[in-house]
Amino acid sequence: MSDEIKEGPPEDLTREQLLGMYRRMRLIRGFENRAKEHFEAGEIAGFLHLSQGQEAVPVGTCTALRQDDYITSTHRGHGDVIAKGCDVKYMFAELYGRTTGYCKGKGGSMHIADFSQGIIGATGIVGGSVPTAPGIALSIKMRGIDQVVVCFFGDGATAGGGFHEALNLSSLWQVPIIFVCQNNLYALSHPWEKTAYKCELSYRVSTYNIPAECVDGMDALAVYRAAKKAVDRARAGGGPSFIEAKTYRFLGHYVGDPGLYMPPEEREAWRKRDAILKLGRQLRAWGCLTEEEDAQIAADVDAELEGAIAFAKSSPLSPPEDALTDVYVHFDYLGNPLDEGEQR
Amino acid sequence: MREITYRDALREALREEMLRDERVFLMGEDIADPFGSAYKVTLGLSPEFGTDRVRQTPISELGFVGAGVGAALTGMRPVVELMYIDFSMLAMDQIVNQAAKIRYMSGGQAEVPLVIRTQGGLGRSSAAHHAQSLEAWFVHLPGMLVAMPSTPYDAKGLLKTAIRLNDPVMFIEHKLLYNTEGPVPEEEYTIPFGVADVKCEGTDCTVVATSMTVLKALQAAEMLKKEGISVEVVDPRTLFPLDIETIIQSVRKTSRLIVAHESPERGGFAAEVIAQIADKAFGYIDAPIQRVCAPSVPTPFARHLEDFITADETKIADRVRSLVRGEI
Repeated sequence: MSDEIKEGPPEDLTREQLLGMYRRMRLIRGFENRAKEHFEAGEIAGFLHLSQGQEAVPVGTCTALRQDDYITSTHRGHGDVIAKGCDVKYMFAELYGRTTGYCKGKGGSMHIADFSQGIIGATGIVGGSVPTAPGIALSIKMRGIDQVVVCFFGDGATAGGGFHEALNLSSLWQVPIIFVCQNNLYALSHPWEKTAYKCELSYRVSTYNIPAECVDGMDALAVYRAAKKAVDRARAGGGPSFIEAKTYRFLGHYVGDPGLYMPPEEREAWRKRDAILKLGRQLRAWGCLTEEEDAQIAADVDAELEGAIAFAKSSPLSPPEDALTDVYVHFDYLGNPLDEGEQR
Repeated sequence: MREITYRDALREALREEMLRDERVFLMGEDIADPFGSAYKVTLGLSPEFGTDRVRQTPISELGFVGAGVGAALTGMRPVVELMYIDFSMLAMDQIVNQAAKIRYMSGGQAEVPLVIRTQGGLGRSSAAHHAQSLEAWFVHLPGMLVAMPSTPYDAKGLLKTAIRLNDPVMFIEHKLLYNTEGPVPEEEYTIPFGVADVKCEGTDCTVVATSMTVLKALQAAEMLKKEGISVEVVDPRTLFPLDIETIIQSVRKTSRLIVAHESPERGGFAAEVIAQIADKAFGYIDAPIQRVCAPSVPTPFARHLEDFITADETKIADRVRSLVRGEI
């Protein structure tokens, strides 16, 4: 029996939860596969940064969260927001620039947000949400509520000044934040080993007196265990935590980047460690998933995604003048006061 | 009516809004007692409200402005202090890419009730890293509101409004205004954004001025009055939203327009006012529209050099005189 199976499932997760994780990972993979396909067909505009290979990190992390907890995300954030609860229907509508999209077609792939589920939004600036997230945690602490915030970011953000300022303030304030670094080994094309000189990330972070852990980001349950510990600590008033999840971006930086800087043998090795396949093997070995159920999940996910694309394509485009709204709460874009009723 | 300083007026606004709404809190460098902030606006507030709500931070502009954005997005109403507007550069990603844009990017889901209090301006030999006037950058920024009060009355009324708005505000004070005094009522009042104030009525020439330059324009008007030239000084008070109507009404009366401010002329706020007047009130103008601004150079240190670039009362008066006499 291999190690991955010998370990057994986390005792605090039900079979339904485990299957939910598996389904959600497949949903993320399927969403991005289809997004790529329709992007390449010229139906989706802009940039598309895919997170294929990284699904275990957001799903493992968000399994430890409540609906009213917050996340911040990145330009590579489809997986993060689906893991937290975004509906792929409104995500596709956003990618298609439709009025039914999460951001009414004003954000697109890099800015999907759903404030009703604490999804504060992805950001197109690498590291852009890292200094924002400690403020969310500070707000939680000042409001005296037991929510937490998870700040997702990539290895590319760890060389920027905002990363260090955010770690320092979070530690100083002892606020309920979990930093989750999805270390996929490449900041666009820049390799991780050329980001910091002989220095483990968890060591660097631990010097801020923040508990830091490095986990296998291709193992959804390992990520879950680390996240659960960090979330429990934050909720109990124990302050910030840091998780580095070692993972891999199967594809290039964006759709259209062949990823020539990623050695083929390296890509092959990581593909073999696919977290979705791993969780599937574990669930089957533990008797949580039959072949039939597995096929059913695949069919359900396909149906959901096809329905979502159909919804997006049949949704109306907003009138072009909608480009002028949603700039301010109290004023139109020219600065004329809006009445209470038309404030938007 | 009692007279208090610009500094005390600002402090009253902060204090009253903190008493009124427990979600309001202050964050920034050196703002707690006994130091009480670089220009002493927050002096006395940390003993009253505690250091949670008067939250002194390390020198970490990107960090604490970012934290202000995050807190504002999730139910708090932070008033963040940037000691000098020159330091806003260190936090620019959070101001420009996050605070100002997240409402739009999220399709109107987000509200960002964040006030960034800061100060700029010439006059203390502070040189090029402590004396800039960067308001035009923020006026240019969709999603941001910009207030620039010139009197204690305006400072208090506008700051209270800024704190109550659910949009991000750059609230730009002036380092030489903190000690100025003026009438401020004891009773509660607020000033809406987007309403200019005619600080002095006149018939020969309109001078639109901002912040400290309003005081200089008023001095110029006083000097010129003795020469029989009548100047109308208009203070927009908020640069965005801009009350262009009041300026149009003024040039309708005077048919001459000068826009004066401390910041460099090139691409400055004056250019926006003048473009709007050219567009909306061209027919009322009978003389070339003028700018009295700093030349587009970094701020020099030595007093005589700084004086040379400052749009002061003499430069404003000279330009008004030339314009009214038809010499331009």
